[in-house]
Amino acid sequence: MRYGYYPGCSLEKNAIAYHQSALAAIQPFDVELVEIDDWNCCGATEYIAINLLGAYSLVARNLALAAQQADSWGVQNGKHQVVAPCSACYLNLGKAETYLGETPQLLEKVNIALAEGGLNYTPGSLMVRHLLDIVVNDIGYENIASKVIKPLKGLRIAPYYGCLIVRPGFQVSFDDTEHPTTLDKLMRTLGATVVDFPMKANCCGGHMTQISKPVAMDMIYRLLKNAADYNADAIVTLCPMCQLNLDAYQGDVNKMFNTNLNIPVLYFTQLMGLAFGVPPEKLGLGKEFVDARPALAKIGVEIPEEPAKKKRPSKEELPMPQMPQEG
Amino acid sequence: MDHTPRLIFAMVKAGMRDAVLKSNTPWYCVSCYYCMTRCPQEIHITDIMYTLKRMSIEAGIYDKHVKDAPEFSETFIDYVKKYGRSFEVGLATRYHLSHHPMNMMGMAPMGMGMLRKGRMNLALTRKPIKGLDQLNKILAKAEELGGIP
Repeated sequence: MRYGYYPGCSLEKNAIAYHQSALAAIQPFDVELVEIDDWNCCGATEYIAINLLGAYSLVARNLALAAQQADSWGVQNGKHQVVAPCSACYLNLGKAETYLGETPQLLEKVNIALAEGGLNYTPGSLMVRHLLDIVVNDIGYENIASKVIKPLKGLRIAPYYGCLIVRPGFQVSFDDTEHPTTLDKLMRTLGATVVDFPMKANCCGGHMTQISKPVAMDMIYRLLKNAADYNADAIVTLCPMCQLNLDAYQGDVNKMFNTNLNIPVLYFTQLMGLAFGVPPEKLGLGKEFVDARPALAKIGVEIPEEPAKKKRPSKEELPMPQMPQEG
Repeated sequence: MDHTPRLIFAMVKAGMRDAVLKSNTPWYCVSCYYCMTRCPQEIHITDIMYTLKRMSIEAGIYDKHVKDAPEFSETFIDYVKKYGRSFEVGLATRYHLSHHPMNMMGMAPMGMGMLRKGRMNLALTRKPIKGLDQLNKILAKAEELGGIP
């Protein structure tokens, strides 16, 4: 089936590994992602803190473009399906679709704003879904199991959901809001060992790294420590913000808490790809800050070293010539 | 945190407008929606926290210790208006240079890591979306129509 695809800003560069591995992970299945042409930012958690109508109009442009372009997409339960791999995009798109549908006053004002750009939006024709939802529910565990040729045997995974994929469930609730299990089951389907991870649906802190370092570091530390306490080889995530916070700030956490945490943070799509036998370089592996090589070596995956950089000029300089010494 | 969430809601109900808008409590909200799924009264707590943020910015009386938060949001959205999408390099440099200049050296290793891992471009601009004019017309009108419900 053809789905509308809203990659979101992170997947263009910082989380390019997620984009690449998502395409590789769905490749064996009857899923085609059609990128919404000329989409814009969803506003993350920032615009809504400054301007309500601006925030909804920003998202509404995406919804209006999606609805215009949806003719060739498949229909499920009477709606065109839009897929977002980022939890924040998923929340913002689904929340706007829901609130615009429920609140005529909001819709009316948003449409006045959209009209300035020659657009109009009528809610109701779109269903915004997270990529994990598509994988476990539309593709399905059995289908996935049938494609596993390199099971992730012996790899201990802490499945990290974070917040927005399960809460509050504006348009879609496909898992429990506090004790989700779909990612656990997906990882077991790939042959991995899933460790208990009580904090799996706690927030990574989102933008707190930019606003209050002490708050952010504490939130990230608790998550990492929880995964380490259960001897996880890796944390698996489904959101670029979660990946960035847990991965890129792990060094800072170690400094602040005098710890030695060293847990790679991978996307679920990267592990799907590995289990399907996709070469690691096609899954964006190696872009993580905390090296995933030792963990992946447990399942026999070798990530090729980065190509050798240009040789630096030799440090040996010309010596000062000396007058020949008299014998 | 100046007030616990329960207390801040009691203060809202008691009409303590200025004390609520000066409180740093809403700025601790990371928008994880735990409260909203747990609230037995089904109050949209997260949305109300956002409303309190907007109201305190509008009134210009937010706590000075939280000034980074609205300014980070504004810098983020400035780039969205400039390119249509977020721009991490600009955000990281402009926001941190103006707000945490002494921390820039501390941030440098991460910036270098992002570049080395191919997770960030060393470019001072990015390509805007095709419909940038359209987007800005929409946003200008939306902001003119008002920000607080």
